[in-house]
Amino acid sequence: MSIGHTLLGLLESGPRHGYDLKRTFDEKFGHDRPLHYGQVYSTMSRLLKNGLVEVDGIEAGGGPERKRYAITEAGVTDVARWLATPETPEPYLQSTLYTKVVLALLTHRDAADLLDGQRSEHLRHMRALTERKRDGDLADQLICDHALFHLEADLRWLELTAARLDKLRQVVAP
Amino acid sequence: MTTAPPPGSLLTAENLRKAYGPTLALDGADFSIHPGEVVAVMGPSGSGKSTLLHCLAGIVPPDSGTIMYDGQELSAMNDARRSALRRSEFGFVFQFGQLVPELTCVENVALPLRLNGRPRKEAERAALGWMERLEVDDLAKKRPGEVSGGQGQRVAVARSLVTDPRVLFADEPTGALDSLNGERVMELFTDAARSANAAVVLVTHEARVAAYSDREIVVRDGKSRDMERVV
Repeated sequence: MSIGHTLLGLLESGPRHGYDLKRTFDEKFGHDRPLHYGQVYSTMSRLLKNGLVEVDGIEAGGGPERKRYAITEAGVTDVARWLATPETPEPYLQSTLYTKVVLALLTHRDAADLLDGQRSEHLRHMRALTERKRDGDLADQLICDHALFHLEADLRWLELTAARLDKLRQVVAP
Repeated sequence: MTTAPPPGSLLTAENLRKAYGPTLALDGADFSIHPGEVVAVMGPSGSGKSTLLHCLAGIVPPDSGTIMYDGQELSAMNDARRSALRRSEFGFVFQFGQLVPELTCVENVALPLRLNGRPRKEAERAALGWMERLEVDDLAKKRPGEVSGGQGQRVAVARSLVTDPRVLFADEPTGALDSLNGERVMELFTDAARSANAAVVLVTHEARVAAYSDREIVVRDGKSRDMERVV
């Protein structure tokens, strides 16, 4: 995920301080991976340098000065371009799982065992996500669904591979 | 490989074998489940998972092997005793075709109690309680043909729970539903079963459905593998 574009997008709804940006990002997108303050400030200085944000005001307080950032016209255009550009689907052609299955067959280990163990691990993650979904709000549900569908796709591949192990063995370890 | 069932199991099976003609459906399958536990039975089509469920539920007798339910050997019971056990202690949810089209939804849910001799009013009161729990009480007077697939499946789940069964057998319970309806059925079903401390044997090939279970066993070529006990 592009942190720069996400922070820019958050600024489009109105100027914010760095701390406020971090908090909003963490609430909406950073459930598992909250932003570090350093990431926010380094990103903002990059966006400032590129003319995508500007300093809207500075508050002097007891501590360090707090800058309030606002998005520029160029920034709005950049967010619009990012949102309108479809993401390239990741092809996963050289997945670790495929490599492991082939190596298991080449070394005459039990590849079905490996697939069973992997299925179990995937299901463990899916249970945790399903639990989080049940206790969460709509945003949580959507985030978890996205992860669940990806894990499910992996599992379908695991099942298909399990069903084709004999054929695969003939090809890779005749 | 046969291992001793874990202590406290409500239903266990050891070394089950079952053949349909020349086809071996179960080839030494083991199983165990505790009260309040949801166990998913997974595996490819034709692996023997439905046969395992049918044997565990006493619908089909295995050719050999032992099935113990609450200290009694299911495989040694006569048909009448097994049928009585199924009616009073077990509940069933299948993919579709479970509701009697001529009866209203509340009559369908009350049916297992009526078959056990409970008076109509009392049976329908209990049925309505479960329908509320499954969020379909407003459909009480409708017939199955007048409700959607998801609603009908919730009615079927209410019916499976109405006798306060100790074991629920579900074979692809959301197989005919879309994702959203399927998830809601699974949420309500597993919540209701867990709060009633009923054990659920859940046959499914869908990972998202299996994710509502506490653990899974995998059946392949008639042999079962308990993933939790393997690790």
